Amino acid sequence: MAVTREDVLHIAELARLGVDNARADELTKELSAILAHMDVLSQVDTTGVPATTGIGGEGTPLRPDVGVPPMMERTLESFAPSMRDGFFIVPRLATHEDSAESGA
Amino acid sequence: MSRERFEMVVGLEVHVQLKTRTKAFCACSTDFGAPPNVNTCPVCLALPGALPVLNERAVELATRAALGLGCQVNPVSVFARKNYFYPDLPKGYQISQFDQPLATGGFIAIAAKDSGAELKIGITRLHMEEDAGKSIHDRYPGATAIDLNRAGVPLIEIVSEPDIRSSADAGAYLRTLKQILQYLEVSDVSMEEGSLRVDANISVRPQGQSRLGTKTEVKNMNSFSGVERALDAEFERQCALLDSGGKVEQQTLLWDGAREVVRPSRTKEGSHDYRYFPEPDLRPLMLDDKWIGDARKHLPELPDARKKRLGQDFGIAPIEIEQLTAAPALAEYFEAVARASGDGKAAYNWVMGEVLAVLKATGNDLSHFRVRPADLAQLLSLVRDGTVSHTAAKRVFALMVETGKPPAQVAADEGLSQVGDEDAIATWVDEVLVEHPEEAKRYLAGEKKLQGVLVGFVMKKSKGRADPKRVNQLLSTRGG
Amino acid sequence: MSVEFTKLGAAAIASNVRAGDVSPPDMVRASFNRAREIGVGRDTLNIYLHSDEKASLEEAEAMHERMGSSADAGVLAGVPVAIKDNIASLGLPTTCASKILAGYVSPFEATAITRMRASGALIVAKTNMDEFAMGSSTENSAHGPTRNPHDVRCVPGGSSGGSAAAIAAGVTPLALGSETGGSVRQPAAFCGVVGVKPTYGRVSRYGLVAFASSLDQIGVLGRTVDDAALGLETIAGFDKLDSTSSNVPVPIYRLSALGGPPPDSKSPDTEAIRIGRSPVPLPPPPTSKTLEGVVIGKPKEYFPESLDASIRDLCERSLDRFRSMGATIRDISLPRSPLAIPVYYILAPAEASSNLARFDGVRYGLRVDPGKGLKAMYEATRSQGFGPEVTRRILLGTYVLSAGYYDAYYKKAQAVRTLIADDFKSVFASGVNAIFTPTTPTTAFQVGAISDPYEMYLNDIFTVTANLAGVPAISVPIGRVRRLPVGGQIITGHFDEYTMFRVAYALEAGLGAEAHQ
Repeated sequence: MAVTREDVLHIAELARLGVDNARADELTKELSAILAHMDVLSQVDTTGVPATTGIGGEGTPLRPDVGVPPMMERTLESFAPSMRDGFFIVPRLATHEDSAESGA
Repeated sequence: MSRERFEMVVGLEVHVQLKTRTKAFCACSTDFGAPPNVNTCPVCLALPGALPVLNERAVELATRAALGLGCQVNPVSVFARKNYFYPDLPKGYQISQFDQPLATGGFIAIAAKDSGAELKIGITRLHMEEDAGKSIHDRYPGATAIDLNRAGVPLIEIVSEPDIRSSADAGAYLRTLKQILQYLEVSDVSMEEGSLRVDANISVRPQGQSRLGTKTEVKNMNSFSGVERALDAEFERQCALLDSGGKVEQQTLLWDGAREVVRPSRTKEGSHDYRYFPEPDLRPLMLDDKWIGDARKHLPELPDARKKRLGQDFGIAPIEIEQLTAAPALAEYFEAVARASGDGKAAYNWVMGEVLAVLKATGNDLSHFRVRPADLAQLLSLVRDGTVSHTAAKRVFALMVETGKPPAQVAADEGLSQVGDEDAIATWVDEVLVEHPEEAKRYLAGEKKLQGVLVGFVMKKSKGRADPKRVNQLLSTRGG
Repeated sequence: MSVEFTKLGAAAIASNVRAGDVSPPDMVRASFNRAREIGVGRDTLNIYLHSDEKASLEEAEAMHERMGSSADAGVLAGVPVAIKDNIASLGLPTTCASKILAGYVSPFEATAITRMRASGALIVAKTNMDEFAMGSSTENSAHGPTRNPHDVRCVPGGSSGGSAAAIAAGVTPLALGSETGGSVRQPAAFCGVVGVKPTYGRVSRYGLVAFASSLDQIGVLGRTVDDAALGLETIAGFDKLDSTSSNVPVPIYRLSALGGPPPDSKSPDTEAIRIGRSPVPLPPPPTSKTLEGVVIGKPKEYFPESLDASIRDLCERSLDRFRSMGATIRDISLPRSPLAIPVYYILAPAEASSNLARFDGVRYGLRVDPGKGLKAMYEATRSQGFGPEVTRRILLGTYVLSAGYYDAYYKKAQAVRTLIADDFKSVFASGVNAIFTPTTPTTAFQVGAISDPYEMYLNDIFTVTANLAGVPAISVPIGRVRRLPVGGQIITGHFDEYTMFRVAYALEAGLGAEAHQ
């Protein structure tokens, strides 16, 4: 399956990768070439084969609703690019959207 | 207007914060109101190398909610990553559940708006996920402030079938859902505090058509009545559009409560390709039959069951039951008083009357109320056996609220015990007849209607302690 | 001291330290002296990204004072260890050889490092790697490639190239690396050292910067099989901070050199060996009975017609050595293994595209803000912070997960992955104890020799199946071709590292000096 330039620009946007036009052409070629190697998989019969979900059939371990969070030996300020009054600060969304977009 | 020819079709997605002490995937506290970013750790900050570990209590509460809503709990459910970029979503994905959720099926029964008949609103699914942090847009100009205290708090998402046909029914669904979740003690379910959030999907179609119209999503409603008004507004908008020959576009709209309108969200629709895939950092959630069975056995009593039971046990009318059971704490308080005093009617009157009045005046809830159910029950007994008069009882109650002391002690301290002693009453009656010669003369001459006035004088003289029944009897005897 | 130092294994160093013959500061000095001698900086072999000699010496002094009864100083007492730069450490930065994490110092430490420190190890450096572990040559580092100590024109392999080169250069006897598709074994083979990838879930991933979560494991590199065994013993085991970690008990892998089944892991004698109070008994020299009863499978798919003749010869020599020690060699087939590269290069980038979304300039790391709002900040930060291979893989991964392609690519690859894993299960269930293959199809190539991405991916052709199946595998030096090292790979079933080490010890002893000729 060949990847188009539009595909590349679209997925670059999904991935917030900021690919410029020149690079987009190169990437289109590279990705198409790589994906061409994957076509062989479509010929493999996988009817009834489950996806791998880890080794052994156990479920996810559960932890009790108490306790202390894992250690942090440096403050947030020591590595945050921008903080103010305890908040992380980021530039506004250009199409500023309210709390409707945040949260669940 | 031809609104009557259209039918509203609504499905609701409700997000509920689970009442756990720690977050879904790390041991950070879920306490509300802490300074920004103090309840964070490598996991919920999404530092490189951090990993999630699932909170057992979150699973317990989610299961309880699912069972209480009549859902089928799936023994195996799978967590999935929902990938998108937003500054309050630290990992760049939310851990949620996708095609193998915790629970499916279920329903909420409401009374339909017009007929009052029972309407079952189906629940499609209930799944577990984590909350994002908070983005605050108006605190600093040109910037957004991010607080990740809320990031990672466990949520359940409850998705209804598109079975709702009116805004009133939507409101009934939400109120009933809230009550059920309160009774199950899984969440504070407060829209004001953000522990319950609602998104709506709404479409319209001509009456009688079975095919669904194009739906829009409505968000940003902050109260149940807000949901109702937003649905009505969007219904109007869609109907007007169709009436004028237009087509409804699929889009996300935001409710503007101040202006009472829905307006389009400015985020592009096409960007929401969440690229769900199973969360590789967590194995599937496996709940065995015993675990689910135990959860079912220990389910707190649901609102409907409690209403039936209280109605039967205490002979209380349906409309009164509704009020009593609106909040589980109130119902519990009432029941304790009723059982201890053996008098459901009196208990009802006092709880819905005096108790609620105090709570309303002080703005507190029952958790801060100083009158223990056993004490209120005792007060009712004292009134019933005549030790305290009805009038005095109100005074005793007020003092109980203030001091937290039991009624017998309060009555004794204040000398408010009702006096039924013949001699004492006789003395008071005699004194009143002497002090009010005009009324006494007319009463003794035959004006029976003055008895009430004279009783009033006696009550005043005795500071409310005289047993009014005995006073009346004595006066009648005197009157001949 | 430095000559001996570069030849001593970790166990021997620790034993000397516990006996008081040398001190931890002596070992740190020896390590840094050797580093200066051979050249670990940007202008020389470019092995180290971060190190702090002064801090390391202070730490060693403090340990020396604290030690009290030296017998309890730990099974890795005073051993200098190098750590791949994608494993979170306190003190030294963790940058994954990427601009997007330039200068980032983690506020928490990986469980594997905590366990090493608790055993007395001294972390002396963070090593160079392919950016975010994406690569097979360490050429994708934002800080330039590491050079292979055997031939500085050549790559050391990747992505744990710095760690492998550190061992080969003799600057530390032990190093940690990480595996997603062969990134410990392949550089171990290119550098003529031992590299082991444990069973998936054997070692905690808490603190390992995630590339592909269902494939990642921290691995151990060392001069000898014994170093790797000791290193793995120290870091393996259940960690409640990693939901995918296993609570299968950890045997004392070093005892596998004695042959036979694992001893009782609960006995006090075993415990004493585990914590370093008692030495491991000296294994006997190899005999014709050393591997008696052991069946070693030779999978035909890993010995294709096109395999380099010299490498094939060295593998045959190893197989002969196995036979001479009593093992039975059986021809086997792992028929779906040839599908591994396409499967891997769908699944790994898919998971990576999600794991790397957190690098957004919001909470840590690089932020580039062109002043045009949030989206522009994300895009500028990520496009300037990530190198070309990382960008390529994120795009690939995003594509295969995107609407319309998920079933054909991601879901399909997950199913084929199960088939590849099933092949291993069948082979091990049929009485084969271990599988032997070449580790890589070639020896180390020259820096800049491979520019086609897919051609670079083919370096992993023999290693990536073990990651997909989750089985443990080790690469052991088996000879040289035109002076460049060649590795032989031993693969066993889930949590059967004990047999893997047993066979590896035997091969190492059986080849002796020939392994480096």
